[in-house]
Amino acid sequence: MKFVAVIRQVPDGESRLKVQGGRVDLSGATLILDQMDEYAVEEALRLKEKHGGEAIVVGFGPERTEEAIRTALAMGMDRGVHVVHEGYADPVAVAEALAPVLKEEVPTLVLTGGQQADWDSQALGAALAEALGVPVVAWTTALELEGETARAKHDLDEGAEWVRVPLPAVFTTQQGLNEPRYPTLPGIMRAKKKEIKKVAFQGTAKVEVLEESIQEKARLGKILDGKDPVAAAEELVRLLREEAKVI
Amino acid sequence: MILVVLDHDGSKLRKASLEALTRARKLAEALGARVAGVLLAEGPAPVEEARGYVETLYVAEPGPYTAERWAAGVLEAAKGGARAVLAPSSRQSRAYLGRVAYALRAGLLEDTLDSWAEGGQVYATRYAYLNRVTQKVRSALPAVLTVKPNTTPLAEPLGGQGEAVALSLPPVPTLEVLERVQEEKRGVSLTEADVVVTGGRGLGGAEAFQKVEELALLLGGAVGATRAVVDAGWRPYAEQVGQTGKTVQPSLYIALGVSGAVQHLSGMNKSKFIVAVNKDPEAPIFKHADYGIVGDVHQVLPSLIQAVKRLKD
Repeated sequence: MKFVAVIRQVPDGESRLKVQGGRVDLSGATLILDQMDEYAVEEALRLKEKHGGEAIVVGFGPERTEEAIRTALAMGMDRGVHVVHEGYADPVAVAEALAPVLKEEVPTLVLTGGQQADWDSQALGAALAEALGVPVVAWTTALELEGETARAKHDLDEGAEWVRVPLPAVFTTQQGLNEPRYPTLPGIMRAKKKEIKKVAFQGTAKVEVLEESIQEKARLGKILDGKDPVAAAEELVRLLREEAKVI
Repeated sequence: MILVVLDHDGSKLRKASLEALTRARKLAEALGARVAGVLLAEGPAPVEEARGYVETLYVAEPGPYTAERWAAGVLEAAKGGARAVLAPSSRQSRAYLGRVAYALRAGLLEDTLDSWAEGGQVYATRYAYLNRVTQKVRSALPAVLTVKPNTTPLAEPLGGQGEAVALSLPPVPTLEVLERVQEEKRGVSLTEADVVVTGGRGLGGAEAFQKVEELALLLGGAVGATRAVVDAGWRPYAEQVGQTGKTVQPSLYIALGVSGAVQHLSGMNKSKFIVAVNKDPEAPIFKHADYGIVGDVHQVLPSLIQAVKRLKD
């Protein structure tokens, strides 16, 4: 069996963003393995531990993305493939570039995060599924293999559903599916020796980003001491009434 | 042709569909195209109502929702020569329109706040970086756009009845739905509420939400919950606020015992005023709060309820 996790490297959601010349400048930001993709890596590892086979991490992005691929290898993935591309790429172009890599691997299933923490796209899983001609299960919260099929629970707009899906299939992952493990020191040492195959980007860009601006609202940050809860609550209600005028 | 997916609840069109129609008409005017609609249904669809908004309405009955069946329905309708496909942003539309965009090799513009056409290309604005950045983007045709709800005026009917065209779909390999887990609907709708009171893991258990409900009721607002609370089974999924739940933008957002994980923040960081109560002064939520109380939520929450009650008297 072969379990593939598709990942990207993104800025930590807590890190400060700045804009230079109308574009987001990540030079000062902490870059991490996308937390949504971490659930994909963890699930691939758990499936391999339970059913045997191989767990492969496929990373998309600039040279620095190798750090995120190494993180996944340190968590326990067996080997990596890196499709190298600088700058923004729309989900259809990314799926075009990843499809030949995935077709060559012939995976049992493919996992990827439900939403990208930088481009806010939720479409990569669906676009990949179309590129591979297989079903997609979006926003998965439970997953079990049953022979040639998988049984999964996933979120809908209203409620959730249990489904049975023929394999191979693409699953998008999210918080709630599992608790991702931390890389261990021996894992980090082993990861340094694991193979990362570099692949050149081959896709056609469909969407261009023209301009970006920061939309973070400056917050007032008036924090009260709650040692006397009655007084703090009175003061908060007064501020909401008289200053913010929202109640 | 500009094709609009007309989302509905089995008896009438959703408001978000009328927003998508307004956007479609704007693109159609700039591109010299006509607007057609597609209704996908697993049960009764509001065909007569939808015919009031478009000249041509494609109607498909693909069976229970799966991304594969809905994608097939939209693609079949798009065969009439769609230069752009628009649909309301929803979790489901994202799953099937990602397929549609790939099949058409189209530019996919997700969760657009506004959109327009110029020089034969489509432009849009949208959020990125977990709702912290606004982007202006451009796509050649064909383009697939999802329309973020509550961004656009609702379309008016045309005053006639468009032609209905039945679509028959080939069977597609897809998943089999075993069981639907329905959610209960209660109180003010979370996404439309002007006040949202959200409880996090810091509340310690399902019982503590009685007080959260009491405060929400006093303020005429809705109850929200974090993923951890929903996963623990304390509250239904319908109340989840965050990246994988609902996105809210009320005047007042009150976060009780919420630590402020980035997934949660991205679902509420556009709120006008944010209030946080947490016993940990280092909790990330305080960095995003206008007002906060560092204290035990079990003591602060009853005091807040009393203070609001006194205000109302």
